Amino acid sequence: MSEQRTAVVAGSTQVLAHVPGLARHGSKPARELPRHPDVSEKFLASLRSYDDAVAYAPHQAYVGAVHPRAMGERPWWGRSGNASRLGPRGEIVPDLEFLGLLVAVDRFDLITLSPDVADEAAAALATHPLAKHLDIDRIDKAKGDVAAVLLRPGSMPLHLGATRLGGAITAAHEEDEALTAAVLLDNLASKATATLSLLHLLHNGGIDPASIDFVIGCGEEAIGDRYQRGGGNMAKAVAEVAGLSEASGMDVKNFCAAPAPALVTAAAMVSAGLFDRVAVIAGGSMAKLGMKFQGHLKHDMPVMEDVLGGAAALVQADDGVSPRIRLDSVGRHRVGMGGSNPAIMEALAVEPLRRLGIPMAAVDDYATELHNPEITEPQGSGDVPARNYKTIAALAAQAGEIERADIAAFAAEHGMPGFAPTQGHLASSLCYLPHAVDRLTTGGANKVLLLAKGSLFLGRMSQLSDGMSVLLERNGKGN
Amino acid sequence: MGVLEGKKIVALGERDGVSGPAIAACMEAAGATVVFTATECFV
Repeated sequence: MSEQRTAVVAGSTQVLAHVPGLARHGSKPARELPRHPDVSEKFLASLRSYDDAVAYAPHQAYVGAVHPRAMGERPWWGRSGNASRLGPRGEIVPDLEFLGLLVAVDRFDLITLSPDVADEAAAALATHPLAKHLDIDRIDKAKGDVAAVLLRPGSMPLHLGATRLGGAITAAHEEDEALTAAVLLDNLASKATATLSLLHLLHNGGIDPASIDFVIGCGEEAIGDRYQRGGGNMAKAVAEVAGLSEASGMDVKNFCAAPAPALVTAAAMVSAGLFDRVAVIAGGSMAKLGMKFQGHLKHDMPVMEDVLGGAAALVQADDGVSPRIRLDSVGRHRVGMGGSNPAIMEALAVEPLRRLGIPMAAVDDYATELHNPEITEPQGSGDVPARNYKTIAALAAQAGEIERADIAAFAAEHGMPGFAPTQGHLASSLCYLPHAVDRLTTGGANKVLLLAKGSLFLGRMSQLSDGMSVLLERNGKGN
Repeated sequence: MGVLEGKKIVALGERDGVSGPAIAACMEAAGATVVFTATECFV
């Protein structure tokens, strides 16, 4: 039997797709807007411009251009700037190109684009740095009579901004509730954002697509048909369109916590010698678009949930440079621990470090649920990361590792402001991975703890939550 | 006799705060009848 190997995170990328025209199809707007024409009018008048979305500090943090602690004072919205769509770890894609991307990954010709939009999208994507990896020819073939498609039962419009009709998506079956246009749009949007993230990962690292053995998906979508609604394997679908000819894949499901077990599973596969290179991918969640729009409109803010996120990470055998994944550090929320937030944090942040003899203050950054508070607070959901950091610091004080008077300072020094869109799996520590890689290689950190939580109770099979944590460490001699 | 004896309680918990079953347990200890328990996630 071969010796166990150390697994590392060799790269991490993230993308955002700015899709104000699709925000109306988020779960909340799709329910509220048809019932309230006046609200619908205000919603459409409150969509953010692409330039504003690019300039938005949390978006720049998401694509790695600025560390979340350097986003400056709030409010972040309403600021203009000359920020770039391309960040060091990804990009922010405009809606026109995203419609083209949806078509490029649509293997069942579900989407029809109006000819003018198809031409514009194809021309824009032709100049994209990753153009040669995109199936742009499909966009021309998707041209058609959008108005005629919309007359078919169950089809849905695809808008650019508030009013421009760019295309339509059809259901894949007349009666199957798992193959409605809305479900398929959810899944294609997730596939497109995950694919673009993966292409950036390959491009940034100069990685041969054929060198990746396996892909693990950890997004929020449910792919299937009426006989198996959560059949899955977005991972392999993404591997196919990204040209990973030697890879297979599978998905890990665990509500918002899924990325942590996905990363741990990837590391375990590499560590065991099963595979040399495993990619972890996640796409964005259509359902979460506009989820808290009522709070934003009430406070005269734009519709803030107008982006779909995506993420990709490469896990491979130790290269002597990249951050190590400490499999001996994995924390899990056991059934018998109870469902309170302190109990979960005890399981994820306190117990694993105690087990390894690592003081809590020796962890430079705790990456917990990093939901952007500027999105959650107007709707009354509070500052989620701040609450989590307060709990972690309080547990450190309870354990006698810091003084009670130092709780606020601990939270400020080892925590950070939330910057992720409210797409739970991306916010749940995964969004920090590009920064963690930077901080643990060229930056000044030695240890980063990723903590992910998931709300199992939402599915009504258990009253429990779940969570998993894993420690990343700087590589190199002496560590 | 508990301070909530004879009262009917709906226990709505929050994932990052106090869970529904935890609230329900406290309410029952105080003599209430819990008619519905749920925990929700607000992000």
